[in-house]
Amino acid sequence: MIPRIIPILLLQDGGLVKTVRFSDPRYVGDPINAVRIFNDKQVDELVLLDIDATRAGRGPDESALEEIAGEAFMPVAYGGGISDVATATRLIQLGVEKVALNGAAITNPHVVAEIADRLGSSTLVVAIDALQAGSGWEVVTHSATRRTGLDVRTHAVAMAQLGAGELLLTSVDRDGTMEGYDLDLVRTVVREVDIPVVACGGAGSLADLASVVREGGATAAAAGSLFVFQGRHRAVLINYPSYEARKALFGAAGDA
Amino acid sequence: MIVIVDHGMGNLGSVANMLRKLGADSVRSTDRDTIASADKLILAGIGAFDGAAGRLAELGLVDVLNDAVLDRKVPTLGVCLGMQLMARSSEEGAQAGLGWLDADVRRFAFPKEARLPVPHMGWEDVPPTRASPLFPSTSGDSRFYFSHAYHLVCRDPGDVAATATYGYEFAAAVHRENILGTQFHPEKSHVFGLEIYRRFVALPAA
Repeated sequence: MIPRIIPILLLQDGGLVKTVRFSDPRYVGDPINAVRIFNDKQVDELVLLDIDATRAGRGPDESALEEIAGEAFMPVAYGGGISDVATATRLIQLGVEKVALNGAAITNPHVVAEIADRLGSSTLVVAIDALQAGSGWEVVTHSATRRTGLDVRTHAVAMAQLGAGELLLTSVDRDGTMEGYDLDLVRTVVREVDIPVVACGGAGSLADLASVVREGGATAAAAGSLFVFQGRHRAVLINYPSYEARKALFGAAGDA
Repeated sequence: MIVIVDHGMGNLGSVANMLRKLGADSVRSTDRDTIASADKLILAGIGAFDGAAGRLAELGLVDVLNDAVLDRKVPTLGVCLGMQLMARSSEEGAQAGLGWLDADVRRFAFPKEARLPVPHMGWEDVPPTRASPLFPSTSGDSRFYFSHAYHLVCRDPGDVAATATYGYEFAAAVHRENILGTQFHPEKSHVFGLEIYRRFVALPAA
């Protein structure tokens, strides 16, 4: 299997944005248009995150998601504002493959177990936003506006035990910087769990994607800026490596 | 008309979307009469085995599905959990499966050092083991998206139409008479998956 390479798209006010360290959202385009381009590029998977839903205390925009999912011929994971099993079930029915919980997994951990039980672990991603704190990392929520006091490692283990099927692990410190992944963070979590870990935050080149899998031990590599910006001046241009390039990139890293 | 059995546990929107793209008429239903008159059936779904198996029983659909699949020989496609429901039983739950295939569902389990996390998620080559209705005779350059912790183990190896490898070889697709199934998600596998649905749509109705 060639490790998955996953563009992460951030939704805000119906458009797509890209942040730096979870701040300064910059408009980068229209979600439907982006999904169509990623269809053409035969992308492995897409993650859509509504960065305002939880902070605004609202649920997902289901009609927008239905439209987006209807255009997507690749698996789509969605996160933002999901706090109960009923919402998760509706999202799956309207065409989203996986639901991602972040804040709700902390305030209501039983929801993680309920969704895993009802919809199956393969359907459930727990998104963990990690902020460097001392010699370790602290879990933050609400688009990194709230600290939780939880250690990332402890939280990751607890989520896997409750039935999460995958972790989406994002380094807040590296988000949008394109300076490379925080390999220590990724290794720290991968060592502790037996479920797939998707690493995010900091990818600035295709080589970074390969290194987070090879050296970090991540199951899959996710990135935002890398796939929406081009060049030194960060012109908006959606891009994604071809299948041949992906195969070549991982070469010896492919296992089975 | 293709009837997508709506047991409330699936990514049925994605499946309907694929069929729409192919210009095929489909309906999502739990209605016994609709299922009884279906030309073709799709049992899709993601989720937990017991929830879906229990739901089919609650909705009173087991006998009408058995009639359609086993007696009328309606071409039937099971996708992911939908394929697993065709087995006799699953390690994931206590409910009985539909038992259309002499198979059981088992969980992947690997030692930590194998670096094979479960669920198995990602794209795999799926080499056909023999000619079957869902796959072109030459496998070509295709790949399919998997997202599962459990997989089918067929007692009759002749039921396996294609395999994939994750730690070991497992049944990626099955075929027995009118019964077809894929462990992967063709509705989320780009043009490669579209081809699978195209072949299913093109099959002669019962």
